Amino acid sequence: MNESDVNDGKVNRSPGKTAKIAVKALVVFTLINLIFVFFYPLPALGKISAYNLVFPGRKRLPYGDNPSKSYNLSLFNLDAMFASHEISDSQKPDDEFRVILIGDSATWGFLLQPDETVSEYLNQQNIRMPDGKHLRAYNLGYPVMSLTKDLLFLQRALEYEPDLIVWPMTLESFPEDKQLYPPLLQKNPQAIEDLADLTGLEFETSSLETDFTDLLERTIPGSRRSLADLIRLQIYGVMWAATGIDQEIPEAFDPRLEDLPDDNRFHDQIPPELDEDRLAFEVINAGIKLAGDTPVMIVNEPVFISSGANSDIRYNFYYPRWAFDSFREKMNELNKRNNWIYRDYWDTIDPSEFTNSAIHMTPGGTEEFASLIARAILETISGGE
Amino acid sequence: MNLTNILVFTAFGLLFNLLIPSRWRKWTLLGSSVIAIYWMQPSSAIRNFDFWFPTASIALTVFVWISVQKTGEKRHLATLVAAGVLCGIVLLIGLTRYLDFLCCLTPTRPPDILKIMATISLVAAAWAVPYFFFPEKRFLSTFTTLIIIVIFIILKSDPLGRSASALLRIASGQLAELANPLDLTWLGYSFLAFRLLHVLRDHQSGKLPHYNLPEFVTYGIFFPTYTAGPIDRSQRFSADFREVTGPDNPANLRDNPSFRFNGLKRILIGIFKKFVIADSLALLSVTSQNVTQIQSTIWAWALLYAFTLRIYFDFSGYTDIALGLGTLMGFKLPENFDNPYRKVNLTSFWNSWHITLAQWFRAYFFNPLTRYLRSKPDGLPAWMIIFIGQFTTMVLIGLWHGITWNFFIWGAWHGTGLFINNRWTAWSKPKIEARTYSREAHLAFKFTGWLITFNFVALSWVWFSLPTIKSSLRFFGILFNVQ
Repeated sequence: MNESDVNDGKVNRSPGKTAKIAVKALVVFTLINLIFVFFYPLPALGKISAYNLVFPGRKRLPYGDNPSKSYNLSLFNLDAMFASHEISDSQKPDDEFRVILIGDSATWGFLLQPDETVSEYLNQQNIRMPDGKHLRAYNLGYPVMSLTKDLLFLQRALEYEPDLIVWPMTLESFPEDKQLYPPLLQKNPQAIEDLADLTGLEFETSSLETDFTDLLERTIPGSRRSLADLIRLQIYGVMWAATGIDQEIPEAFDPRLEDLPDDNRFHDQIPPELDEDRLAFEVINAGIKLAGDTPVMIVNEPVFISSGANSDIRYNFYYPRWAFDSFREKMNELNKRNNWIYRDYWDTIDPSEFTNSAIHMTPGGTEEFASLIARAILETISGGE
Repeated sequence: MNLTNILVFTAFGLLFNLLIPSRWRKWTLLGSSVIAIYWMQPSSAIRNFDFWFPTASIALTVFVWISVQKTGEKRHLATLVAAGVLCGIVLLIGLTRYLDFLCCLTPTRPPDILKIMATISLVAAAWAVPYFFFPEKRFLSTFTTLIIIVIFIILKSDPLGRSASALLRIASGQLAELANPLDLTWLGYSFLAFRLLHVLRDHQSGKLPHYNLPEFVTYGIFFPTYTAGPIDRSQRFSADFREVTGPDNPANLRDNPSFRFNGLKRILIGIFKKFVIADSLALLSVTSQNVTQIQSTIWAWALLYAFTLRIYFDFSGYTDIALGLGTLMGFKLPENFDNPYRKVNLTSFWNSWHITLAQWFRAYFFNPLTRYLRSKPDGLPAWMIIFIGQFTTMVLIGLWHGITWNFFIWGAWHGTGLFINNRWTAWSKPKIEARTYSREAHLAFKFTGWLITFNFVALSWVWFSLPTIKSSLRFFGILFNVQ
């Protein structure tokens, strides 16, 4: 650079030089994107997390409709979700009897504070197991009703060396057409395919997005939403650490329906019996098999039982009586045949302890449910079930 | 300004010198600024006020220009042409109401064209009367100054804003019961007011040169600086304006592309600061929502520092974008920030944070006030004059942001801090200069000074970011672990 290149202290760049810089920038940008497309590091980037390092791990998997109020967000990167959970914090202590709960929004704790969930109430009981270990429960529930989603999370849960997996479930998670509908599963087709290979289950994967749907989506600009979600999850970790809040709980909400519709259909099934071929019962055995030596406790979780209009036809918004009764019959039958660790707690919680849906419970109802689970765990382990 | 605005303005800036011959640049800058302030104006709950607010900005700016005209400087034909162009552009924007494919520059459809024409006629009459019949009357500039200040107070005061909103709602046939001070979304008024007040004061002091109407209106509503400053002086802007619109524009692309390069670089830096860093830090901001939720002292400090950084990157990012846009066209707009968080004392901080605002208050309030106080025969002691000057200046700067107790306290906080810094410097400087200190000691002094200054400023943001004294005190309690 010589005198003629400098103008008022700024470098005088001729149009040719500026154009060269622009072209170089474009080439570098294109190269970086091609490398990104080829290696597609997005899943691996999810493993990089400040949770359990800078700020404490979350008590439940990230999920949120209103991030600015809940300091939480829904994302589809499974590695990122689990890396942000407290279960990813260090090795399992030697004196810990690790219980992992999977399941739907009832397990996750919809409309409940982080310390009002089934897992936290179990922890508050300071249970000591027969061998002297402390029972420590972890919440890997997620607000989506799909047994296949539960199976995916069960597979993940095994990485954390559980001593027992508790799997609350309800009939609404069973219909075949609901198995792959959640966006979380739609966006993780490879995980579903791996699950299918592991378990031998057949999934209707043609409806899933492929990882290679669009080359442009695998570029940095195309992945910007996913990258932004990863960054936002980390940033919200600060708010989680500062407030302990991970869900926006409104002061008022619409309570579960008391007066029910005059409709005895369950999805498009009609009485007198459920068509088993259209329900995902096989996923339960697949999960138990996948867990290997780790016991899996299957729980028919509590549901709201209405006494309002048409309660002679339906138990609640989800279930006509015939369908749910048929479901319970089938579960009992499968239990006997397969010798599950099984508990049927469908009617154990008072109807007044349900909040905005037939499965979401108040803190009181949840605590009561947790006590039942605790008793069942001790019976199971003591009795060698 | 959102990203779309910035993109379009950048393209405009790049093409401005390339495509517009110098004889048309004056009108292009004027026209583009007029169009831009309508485009950037956010929606208002009061019907059609997303059109009327920018119109009021233009009307007020012209009125101020008329207020500062001297008889010998009047060029009636040129002025009429310029006024006609302004009214014509406003009318055309109003006509987009009837052209679906062009509608709308403003968030909602502009008002009925007859209403616009009637308003323009009234405004033109309001311009014409003082222009032709009250030349060089001091009362005009005083009257205009008062109008600007009164509007400012109404916009910044919640009770007055609510009342004004109620009146405007009644005028537009809406329910007054729903009036809210937030209805008065008059974009850029704070900065416009300061530009116009500076012109009026300089006129009253006899320091104002002559400006023609297009030049002056462009100064008032110059689109890069309209929403967030910097608060440029008319004399400085005018010098650039005449150069840019003259035949020897230094930003002419063929001769000196460094303006284009530096302008683009500055814009990109500003975009990164504002839309990446600041908007990410916004997720962590201290707000009235989360102040009741925070449970941890350490994380409360983390949120405070996050807000401290956020406000800097947000504001300085917008400044970078404004300066970059100006540079593209050949304007050398004044800097507004000079690494304020690296300063080792509060005086240096205020010489490097929102520099143009501080300079404005120094020129038009602090200096005249302290001069007046010093001129008294049995005057106050020097230290008291300094205190009054600094305290009241900072309180006014606080109230400029909003007429609330929190902004008052924020201003008082800084005013007191500046005074303490002033007294400390007066006491310690002779002692420090009398001795020789090691390099390590100097570094220690500087570090201590920086630490105190940074945290003093950071803590002041508690008053700035929260709406009430109660929530602010609550947050201080969490910060210092005091119930």
